[in-house]
Formats: sequence, C-alpha cells, structure tokens
Amino acid sequence: MRSWTDMAFILVVVLDLFVLASSRLGAAIRAVALQGALLSLLALLLASSGHNMGHVLLVAGGALAIKAILIPWLMFRAIREMAIRREMEPLVGYVPSMILGGVGVVLAFAFSRGLPLPTPEMHPFLVPTALATVWTGLLLVVSRRKAVTQVLGFLVLENGVFVFGLLLTGFMPVMVEAGVLLDLLAAVFVMGIVMFQINREFSSLDTDAMSSLKD
Amino acid sequence: MILRALFQIGILLLLPPLLLGVVTRVKAIVAGRRGPPLLQGYYDLARLLRKGSVYSRTTTWVFRAGPVVGLAAVATAGTMLPAAGQPAIFSFAGDFVLFAYLLALARFATALAALDTGSAFEGMGAAREVSFASMAEPALFLCLVVLARATGSLSLSGMLGPGLATAWSGAAPALLLSAIALFVVALAENSRIPVDDPGTHLELTMIHEVMVLDHSGPDLAFILYGASIKFFLFGALLVRLVLDPRVQGIWGAEAAFVGGLVGFAVLVGLVESFMARLRLTRVPQMLVGASVLSVFALVLLLR
Amino acid sequence: MTGALAIAAVVLASASGLPGLALWRRPVLGQRLSAGVLCLAAALGIAAAIPVLAGATPFVLHLPWHQPNASLSLRLDPLSAIFLVPVLLVPALGSIYGLAYFPQEGLGARAVRLQLWYGLVTGSMALVLLSDNALLFLFAWEVMAICGFFLVLADPDRKDAQRAAWVYLVAAHVGTFAIFAFFSIVGSARGTFDFSGWQHLGSTGAAASWLWALALVGFGLKAGLVPLHFWLPGAHAAAPSHVSALMSGVLLKTGVYGMLRATGFFESPPASWGVALLVLGGASGVLGVAFALAQHDLKRLLAYHSVENIGIITMGAGLAVLGRARGEPALVLLGFGGAALHVVNHALFKSLLFLGAGSVQRAARTRDIERLGGLSRAMPWTAGLFLVGAAAISGLPPLNGFVSEWLVVMGSLRALELPAGDRASFAVLVVPALALVGALAAACFAKVHGTVFLGHPRTDEAAAAHESPRFMLVPMGVLAAACVAIGALPALFLPALARGAASWSGLPLSDLAAPAAAASASAGLVSGLAVLLVALVASLAFLRRRVGAGAAAGETWSCGYGYPTARMEYTGSSFAQILNQGFRRVLFPRVRFQPPRGPFPTSARFSTEPREAVLDLTILPGIRGYVAAASRVRGLLAGRVHFYALLVLATLVFILAWRLLWW
Repeated sequence: MRSWTDMAFILVVVLDLFVLASSRLGAAIRAVALQGALLSLLALLLASSGHNMGHVLLVAGGALAIKAILIPWLMFRAIREMAIRREMEPLVGYVPSMILGGVGVVLAFAFSRGLPLPTPEMHPFLVPTALATVWTGLLLVVSRRKAVTQVLGFLVLENGVFVFGLLLTGFMPVMVEAGVLLDLLAAVFVMGIVMFQINREFSSLDTDAMSSLKD
Repeated sequence: MILRALFQIGILLLLPPLLLGVVTRVKAIVAGRRGPPLLQGYYDLARLLRKGSVYSRTTTWVFRAGPVVGLAAVATAGTMLPAAGQPAIFSFAGDFVLFAYLLALARFATALAALDTGSAFEGMGAAREVSFASMAEPALFLCLVVLARATGSLSLSGMLGPGLATAWSGAAPALLLSAIALFVVALAENSRIPVDDPGTHLELTMIHEVMVLDHSGPDLAFILYGASIKFFLFGALLVRLVLDPRVQGIWGAEAAFVGGLVGFAVLVGLVESFMARLRLTRVPQMLVGASVLSVFALVLLLR
Repeated sequence: MTGALAIAAVVLASASGLPGLALWRRPVLGQRLSAGVLCLAAALGIAAAIPVLAGATPFVLHLPWHQPNASLSLRLDPLSAIFLVPVLLVPALGSIYGLAYFPQEGLGARAVRLQLWYGLVTGSMALVLLSDNALLFLFAWEVMAICGFFLVLADPDRKDAQRAAWVYLVAAHVGTFAIFAFFSIVGSARGTFDFSGWQHLGSTGAAASWLWALALVGFGLKAGLVPLHFWLPGAHAAAPSHVSALMSGVLLKTGVYGMLRATGFFESPPASWGVALLVLGGASGVLGVAFALAQHDLKRLLAYHSVENIGIITMGAGLAVLGRARGEPALVLLGFGGAALHVVNHALFKSLLFLGAGSVQRAARTRDIERLGGLSRAMPWTAGLFLVGAAAISGLPPLNGFVSEWLVVMGSLRALELPAGDRASFAVLVVPALALVGALAAACFAKVHGTVFLGHPRTDEAAAAHESPRFMLVPMGVLAAACVAIGALPALFLPALARGAASWSGLPLSDLAAPAAAASASAGLVSGLAVLLVALVASLAFLRRRVGAGAAAGETWSCGYGYPTARMEYTGSSFAQILNQGFRRVLFPRVRFQPPRGPFPTSARFSTEPREAVLDLTILPGIRGYVAAASRVRGLLAGRVHFYALLVLATLVFILAWRLLWW
C-alpha cells in the first residue's frame, strides 16, 4: 500500500505543476477536481487502525463530494455563463511560473525534513506535498489575471491546507473538519455569485480593469 | 560474444528505417488510409543513393560535410547504447555525456549546413532547432541522472542493465516520471508532432524538415538515415528503461527489445495522429515542463 | 634549473618590447625581434613548468627585499605550473599575430608602445603566478592591471576605448583593494606576508567566511564572475584583437588562480563555500551565454562567452571545495581537474576565436555581424580555424572543450554517491546546468559562424574581404592544433591535473591516484570513440564520393522565388530571437522603434540594442544618483566657512564620544 500512497502524493504535485502550466480553464478545473479526488483517496490510505473509521470515511467522502464534484461543477457553470475558455497572458509568464513552481517543489522536498512537527510523521511525502501545493496556490492567486484562475488558486491553496490537516486527523474532532469544508463551500459559493455579478455588470472579469474602480 | 556485437551493430544499422515506416503506417491507418509499405524507408534510401545532387552556388564544404558528420556522430553514439539484452559495444563511466554531446554535434553540423545555403528558410529552421534543443538538453540529462541515481551506475549499459529491476521496485514513481519526461524529449529531439510536423510541406511550420531543404540525392539519404538512427536511439533508451526488468532468457531479451521498439513506434504514431502540432510559443512550455518533471523525480531520489 | 628558467622567462617577457623600441628605425626587424624574444620567454617558461607537472619537486626561492614585510619569494608548484603554460603561450602566439595585425611599420609609435605593454603584462602575469609573498603578488598584480589599461587604450582616439579603459581601471582597482584588505588581515594575523606562512588558516565561523568572501570579491572582479563582470565586454571589445585574446584568454585566469590560492590557504573550507561557488558559477554560465546570444558585436559576444566559461571553471572549483569539505578525494580531483583543464582549454580556444575575430575585423572593417556574411569564400583558412574554435567552445566532441566539461560533469555525478539525505548531493544539479549552458553556447556559435562566414555577404565591405597573411594564420593554426590534441588525448593530462589537485588541496597524491586512474580509463575510451568518429567521417566521405549520379550547380531553393538576395538571409538577431525572447527579463534590450506613419508611410526603423545590465542599469545610475546627491550637499555648503568649521567640530565630538563611550 505504501507505493500507492507515494503515487498519490506525487500525482498531487504533478497536478499542481499542470495547473501552473495550463492556459485552458477547462483543463485546469478538471485537474483541481482530480486533485480533490486524490486527496479523498489519501485520507482513506493514510488511515491507520488507531483512527475512527467512521470519521475517516466522513472526511474522505466529504472531500470527494465537495472538492471533486460540487465545486468543479459550480466552476464549470460559471465559465459557461461567462463564455470564457482561456486565461490571458498572466503577470508571471507560463514558463517562469513553471520554473518557480518547480523550485518550490524542490525546496519543499529537500528541506522539509528540518521542520519541527508536533506529531509523528505519517508519511515522508506529506509535508513536502502540502508545502508545494500551498506554494502553487499562492503563486496562482498572485500571478493570474482572470478571477476564475485566482479562485482556482485559492482552491489549490485549500487543498494544500487539507493535506496538512491529514497530518492531524487523529487529533482533530469531526466538527472542526466539517467546519473547514463548509467554510470552503461558502467561500466558493459566494465567489461564484460575485464573479457572475461582476461579469454581468462590467462584461469583464479582468482584475486589472477592476482596479480602476477605486477612488 | 562476437555474434552479439554483430547483432548489436546489425540492429543499429538495419532496423531504424523500419521504425519510421511503422510510424507512417500507423498514422495512415488511423487516418483511414492504407499507407505506404513498411519497407518504404529502405526503398527511399536506395533511390536517393542512386540520384545526383544539386548544390547551390552559395554553399561551401560545410554544406557537403553536414550530412556526413551528422550521420557519423549519430552512429558513434549508437555504439554506446545497449541494445537487446547485453551491454553496449563501448561502455564506461560517464558515457551518457558523450552520447548526448555526440547528438549535439550532429545537430550543430546540420545547423551549419543549413546556414551555409544563405536561405531564410533554412536559417529559420536551424534557429528553431537549436533553440528548442537547448531547452530539451537539460531534461535529457536530468532523466539520465535520475537513472544514474536509481541504479547507482554511471554508464548507459549499467543504467539500463540488470540493476534496473531493483531500481524499479524501489524508485518506481521517480522512474515513471522520468520515463514520461524522456518521451517528451524524444518527441522534441526527433521532430515529431506536437513539436514539429514531419509531413507538412509548409516551410513556415517546419523545424527539421526546413533545415534540410536544400540537400538532395545521397546527402539527403544520409540525413534521413541519420534521423532514423536518432529515433531508434531514443526509442531504445525508453524501451530498455521500461521493459528490460521484466524479460528473462537469452533470445527472449532480443525479441522483446525489437518488439518494444515497434511498440514505441506505434505509440509515437498514435500520439502524432491524435495530437495537433503545438504553437511554437508553447513548445518551450512543454520542454520546461518535462525538465521540471524530471527535476521533481531527481529530488524524490535525493531526499 | 626550473627556477632559473622561470625567472628568465619573466625577465625576458617583460623586456620583450624593448627591441621594438631600440630598433626604432627598422620597424620590421624590431617587431620581429620583440615577437621572437617573447616566444623565447614562453619556451623557457613552459620548459620550466613541464618538469613540475611531471612530478619534479616544486621550485622555491626566498630572497630578502628591502621593502618592509616583503621578500622576493618565488614558488613554482603544480598549481602555478598549470596556469603558467597558457599564460606564456597565448601572448607569444599573439605577438606573432601582431606582426601582421598591428604592424610597427604602419602604426609606428602606437605599435611600439603596445609591444612594450604587451611584454610587460606577460611578465607581470607570470610573476603573479610565481610569487610566494603577498607584497610581491600585489606589486605584480598592480603592474598587470595598469598594463591592461594601456593595452585597452591602444587606440586612444576612440571614445569606446576610452570609456572601456576607465571602467576597466576602476573595476581592477576595486578588486585590488579587496585583495589588499584580504592580504592585510591574514598577514597581520599570521605575522608574516609570505604565503608559505599562511597555510592552514582557520575556516570556521563567520569571520573566516567574510574573509573568504573578500577574497572572492577581489579575485572575482578580475575573473569576471557575475555580477562583477561589468567591465569585461567593453574592455575586450575595444582592445585590439591580440590584446583581447590575451585579456580573455589569460588575464581573467589570474583571477581564477588567485581564488584557488586564497581558498587553498584555508584548512578545511566548509561546504557552504563550495555551494556559493557553484551558485555563482551557474549564474555566470547561464547569464553569460544569455547576454552573448543578444550581442551583434562580434568581440562583445566573445567577451560574454568568457564570462560563461569562467562560470564553468568556478563550478568545477566549487565541486573541488565541496569535495574537500566532505573528504571525498574523487570529487576534489574531478572538480579541480575539470576547472584547471578548462582554464587551459579556454585560453586556447578563446584566443583562437579572438584572433579570428581580429582577422575578420581587419578584412571587412567592421565588427558587426549583421554586416558580414559569406566570408568563408574569401577567407577559407580563417573560417575553418574559427570553426574549430567554435566547436571547441560549444563543448562538442572530439575537441578539448568537451573533455574539461566532461570532467566537471563526472565530478558533479560523484555527488550522487554521497549518502542519501546529504544536502550536498544536490550538487548534481550542475549537470543539467552545464547541459543548458553547453546547448546555448552551441546555439550562439552556430549563429556566429553562420552569420559571419556562411551564406551571402550582406554588405560590400564583406564582399571585398580577403584572406589574412600567414603571420596571422599560423598562431591560429597552432591553437587549433592544440585544441584537437587535448581533445584526442585527454588521458595524457590527468596525472598533471592530479598533481595540481594534490598541491592545492593538501591531500596526498596517493588518495587522488585511484580516482585519477578511473578517470584516465574512461578518458582513454573517450579518445577511442573520438578516433572512431573521425574514421567514420572519413569513410562516409569516401563512400559519398562513390555513390550518386554526379553533382550539378544551382541556386538556393527560395520557394520558387527567382531572385534571392543577401537581404533575405536570416540575420544573427533573428537566429537568436527565440532564445532572446525567453531571456528578455534579464537582457533589458533598448528597443528603438519608429513605426510607419500616415496613409503613405515612407520609412520605419526598428533596432534592439542589448545593454550591459549590471553596468548600465545598476552601477552607472547608482553613481549618477550619488554624484547628484553629493552635488546638492556641496551646493549647500559652498563657500561658507562656518559650515566647514561645524563639520570639523562634529567629527571631533563624534570621535571623542565613540572613544569614551564605546571602547
């Protein structure tokens, strides 16, 4: 089972790099959905006998339903309403984004052993994957122009935080887990509504243009 | 022993045009046509060797030397690649560096021959070829370093030899990632779709084809033959990387190798049939992506 | 005996300009005599170096000198000997080249002065390599720097030469200041200024790292490490070509020598120093070649390639330092061997390329590659020899550039054998960095050779070119032959490199013998494959003549267009456009665009000019800003006596307070 978990973590990182590189929104959303599915799989794989199986199933099922099905469906609806298919040339070009993402992955995997962790390590790839995913999410939020991609970046960031949370599944009560996921759902829902309204009002989701709204 | 060395040389010299024939046939079948015969590559080479050549008045000895040096360099590189189930004819620590740099020498010679014609088309092809190669070289070296780390050997015969089975059981994800990156590099270096379209006749969309536009007759035969050997070399690298650990037996290894190569050619043909050529500005992204994948694979092994 | 030869070499080289001065009225004889004396000096020096490289005991001389703290101490150990060979060979060949390129007969006093400085710079460089005392070293270093200034200013009327010479002088003296500080600190700590008393310096703690960084800055300015390379392109482009060959080929190497010597003083350098060298070397390599791709001045382009090659040498040195830190003799041997061999190789092929550039400039009267083209018809020998240099610098087998890069790659691969989890194993990332640098260099030299020598001539001057005289071709031929020889027989040089590594690192030669033998075995196979390659080329060429139905002449295929002209040829900047576009964030090109206007546009212009990023965008604006601020302050104080008195009072109060309160 160890090698499947390895493959799952590696695939999460590869999907991060893919989202950094792709300019087609549909492909990026599907990648993030697949990442969410992988995260639910990881929650199941990392469960050891000491954990409450019902709790684990709840977390995995919740992640699958929300991250892999519901939110991507909402995003696809959003981009269909706004009839956009592609990202514009981002502030940091695709090749530099990929290089920065790669550097982040290398640094995360090389130096994460030195981090002091409060709990015993469940899997050596867990912390580096989480760090790399958080880094990718932040990079997307910072460097992309379209609000849709920035929301995707936020989702990737949340995925990274979720991976960190897997470290603590034995200790974290179910309510807080559910609260986190609900928080996420609410944020995306609100973002979806806001994006739709902005687009309807201004016929554009270009955040550069939106900055001209300030006084 | 001598028999095996002869077998290796034989495969290196005789098999490559067949592989390109397989690729063309697969593309034709997927497109609904029958396609040319599998041995068409050999017929083309024989026909070209009988023809005369036309040399532009602008060219010098560099133009005539390009195909010769290119073919010689690629063939010399082939002596370091282990074919079938045994070590290569020449193998020593660090031979993969010489392997990659011999391919670079072939590219340099062809690019200079292209610039010798003084034509804008060849210049454009040469510019694109050397630029994309500079992005593919780090990826190629990274994949080979991943192999070196996984198997603990610094020569191609050791990397692709018996140590690979234990490497696959211990470092499978890293090797898988580097195999994918190596496949992308193989597509780029051999001018296949999605990097270049070997079948188009529009000079503005070509890379390798337009670089050799002015060569004719036996020169063109040398160039086509050299290109097929280069395709064979990359295919052999990938086949040995992926297939070798699973096959035992004396002649079973050779049969598996040839079968694997045909499978590689079929895979390339399918990729060419189902993908479109990338816009030229997207090719650097693809190659940098391959490099980043292989760096990731290396980090997995180094930590 | 070796000592006498070495000292004779220094003296003869320094004095080699005098025959030209003495035989003022017989310029041809005078210049030939000067060149002959310099060649004799080179022969004597190389004859002194070879026994030391072959295992003879190093030559040490210690004579007192009346200057305080100084002594005439000389030492010729394997490290100095490795550097001494190119330092003497390249100027000797350059002086033969100068017989036709910068003739005393035509140029009179300017040529005489050039020969004086040329000889003096060679002698001082050799003295730098031989000195074993800090003050003698600094004396020779300063003479070298000043000679360099006068050499760059060989044509004093040109504005670009004046500017380049000033920048060179300032940079050289800032570097000398840093080296002076380094020597002072170590000398006062040890109580002596002889290098022999400076062995086994402590290398732990922040103070040692800052001290080493001081040496790195000082020697790095001379060597041309990024970001301290800003003086290089201007100086090497403005100087006459045989001077550029000397500066690029060997003057930079004295900086590398200094860096190696300084690192050798320390007992056990920590791994972080090795990593610093690796990072700086990698940055220099990639940025150097990226800048080179954007240039269209032939000599500036070659100068940036020197930055790239210094980067490769520094990466090798970094691997050697890492090997010392981790106690891995194989890493030390391969890293140092690659760096040292690349020093020699670079001196050879860079000089070859600069001499070729000089021939081109003399024949076509321009350095701009966009105004050249098709020169290989008029200058076949120059073109062929330049091609050998271009292939060598791109690291293509079977030439010498490949061998030294291969050694550095082998060293980097040794890092894979460090235990898992050791962060130093990331040094293996040198391999893809070198692959990137090599591929970009090959792209750049395909561009250079193709644009300058191949295709159609783009201007009338290029069409009117003619081949260089024999005096200019023979030195290039010698250099090309040396490149081929080192590429064909790399195993021959490994024992000498092992001795150099032993003398530098302090490791016993027996520790280094095993990795040296392993590398020799592989290098022997490299030679064998080189022979196979040449044999295959020959047999295929023979075969080519036998097949086919004859050849006919025609025009280049232009897609059916009947009248191709030279204007339709691919230009150098078009060739490099994809890569320049990729590197645009570091190149900061100045784009001048005058678009077509109006309904009936008449003319439009577009040009891009790459700027020297560190000089033009950081240092010069910084200096201008400082001068502007200082002028404002000066305007404030101008002429008022009370302000000057106030300043004196404030300084006095400050010093008293400092003395009383903080000491």
